[in-house]
Amino acid sequence: MSLRIVVCVKYVPDAAGDREFAEDLTVDREAADGLLSELDEYAVEQALQISEESGDAEVTVVTVGPEDARDAVRKALSMGADKAVHVEDEDIHGSDVAGTSLVLAKAIEKTGYDLVVCGMASTDGTMGVLPAMLAERLGVPQATLLSEVSVADGKVTGRRDGEAATEHLEAALPALVSVTDQSGEARYPSFKGIMAAKKKPVEELDLDDLDLEAEQVGLEGAWTKVEEANERPARTAGTVVKDEGEGGKQLAEFLAGQKLL
Amino acid sequence: MAEVLIYVDHVDGAVRKPTLELLTLARRLGEPVAVHLGPGAEEAAKVLGEHGATRVLAADAPEFADYLVVPKVAALKAAYDAVSPAAVLVPSSGEGKEIAARLAVRLESGLITDAVDVEPGDEGPVATQSVFAAAYTTRSRITRGTPVITVKPNSAAPEAASAAGTVEQLPVEFDDAARGTKVTSRTPRESTGRPELTEAAIVVSGGRGVNGAENFPVIEALADSLGAAVGASRAAVDAGWYPHSNQVGQTGKSVSPQLYIAAGISGAIQHRAGMQTSKTIVAINKDSEAPIFDLVDYGVVGDLFNVLPQLTEEVKTRKG
Ligand SMILES: Cc1cc2nc3c(=O)[nH]c(=O)nc-3n(C[C@H](O)[C@H](O)[C@H](O)COP(=O)(O)OP(=O)(O)OC[C@H]3O[C@@H](n4cnc5c(N)ncnc54)[C@H](O)[C@@H]3O)c2cc1C
Ligand SMILES: Nc1ncnc2c1ncn2[C@@H]1O[C@H](COP(=O)(O)O)[C@@H](O)[C@H]1O
Repeated sequence: MSLRIVVCVKYVPDAAGDREFAEDLTVDREAADGLLSELDEYAVEQALQISEESGDAEVTVVTVGPEDARDAVRKALSMGADKAVHVEDEDIHGSDVAGTSLVLAKAIEKTGYDLVVCGMASTDGTMGVLPAMLAERLGVPQATLLSEVSVADGKVTGRRDGEAATEHLEAALPALVSVTDQSGEARYPSFKGIMAAKKKPVEELDLDDLDLEAEQVGLEGAWTKVEEANERPARTAGTVVKDEGEGGKQLAEFLAGQKLL
Repeated sequence: MAEVLIYVDHVDGAVRKPTLELLTLARRLGEPVAVHLGPGAEEAAKVLGEHGATRVLAADAPEFADYLVVPKVAALKAAYDAVSPAAVLVPSSGEGKEIAARLAVRLESGLITDAVDVEPGDEGPVATQSVFAAAYTTRSRITRGTPVITVKPNSAAPEAASAAGTVEQLPVEFDDAARGTKVTSRTPRESTGRPELTEAAIVVSGGRGVNGAENFPVIEALADSLGAAVGASRAAVDAGWYPHSNQVGQTGKSVSPQLYIAAGISGAIQHRAGMQTSKTIVAINKDSEAPIFDLVDYGVVGDLFNVLPQLTEEVKTRKG
């Protein structure tokens, strides 16, 4: 039977734009244009490489997000994924990572999988914890933060460059991996890929389809609450001097003045 | 008084500084109880006790090294069951966040990651976070279960506070799930003799402007004169000039030192995300329009190959 690969991709506000909070202190998705989280492109890329290597695999991208999240899905499909699942429900708005991981777990179980591939972190929340939570919920091994990954003989192996050491990991499928931006540049969608993506199936699911109740997710079901969000005062512009041959000395003078020397 | 669990980050019993910072924060919330996994508990307990840990729950088993993350979750859960703490604090490393995440699911508790401050509140601990590349500061709390909070390095100054630090053995059982991901080999990172990037009081980073691995000694020389850690932008790392473990930014390390010196770095949003909360920021860049200058306390528009060696000499002279 073919290898079923599911890739979790997130639609995020563009980091280059003005990211803001909405009145309910959730991320304001109107304020900035959205796109497929750049760090999830690496996940799609690795999934496609594993699929190509296996010769008999199917890559499904799964996203939980608002209507516009379809853009993220379409990008992943035009890179080469075979089909997509988009979970959208008003009641999901404001979910924290506990809620999102619950919805994703249900959607992935419904889809069926041998390997789940996640990005290392979303570029908006940058928590980097969803993959571990998802593995816990799915009850499968996690091989996370990999900079190298491959699948053979029913096992996934990879390299994790941790804080204190580089580790080689191995887990039997079904398993979950997350990949870093060191795993290899993501491909650009080709024109053919973009055209093909338009015909690929996108399954739309809501909470009912996943046997979930509104109070399990969303702002109400969240296990955390943002009480305040304050714009950080812009750093007051400091002194900028042009080096006329004494720049290093001036800098030392400044540091000494700040008691940093 | 309520107890607060602290997950100890250590290397063979040598406790890392972020754990001592956690103890300081934990004392605001209750009595710190440290959880020490792996070898070296007795040695660690001395330091932990000096920083306020009343008890040190210790467990050692080959599983902690042989399998990824999950055995540690099992141990922390066992400690939780034994203590019924008011909160669980874990250092914000890649592994620490994953341990905290899985524990939170098991406890059906809310999780806050990358806090830069934790204070007691009427409805439980309130955590401060810095979000959107440090453009915003949020204050959050946990509304369900026992707060599980990961805290970034350099979030508090470790304070000495004498406590018993009594070592108690923690019994832990591992199920099949704990043995799911095997660590088939481990190569410890070689020490450079320089301070740890995330813990250093001063960081000197080089970017694309350094223009080659052979020029990084210019950065290192300044760092060494200051007793600083060395960082690099992703451009410098991707070019193969410096190891990825030294990358500062969104997908590298996040640093918050007293002084951050950026040389030949433009200041892209992803780089800023990892250094914007530094107390004092200094930049050296040829381009007066470089966005890094919007952040600096002091900037020099100039060639880093002229400015840095002069600065290094001056630092050496002044430090005598
Ligand atoms: C998803 C994602 C994640 C990312 N994560 C990170 C991250 O974690 N960390 C990170 O750093 N980047 C990250 N980036 C990359 C980031 O966007 C920038 O590309 C990168 O930070 C640029 O590095 P740089 O400033 O060294 O290079 P450049 O932007 O090329 O800047 C080099 C600077 O050096 C100056 N210069 C050149 N020669 C000299 C000289 N002789 N003397 C003085 N100045 C000189 C130039 O004027 C220029 O300003 C990420 C990008 C993405 C998309
Ligand atoms: N709403 C979402 N839909 C699908 N995947 C997600 C979603 N949120 C997070 N992920 C996945 O989880 C990874 C880590 O996210 P985070 O823990 O939020 O930083 C991302 O790189 C994605 O692969």
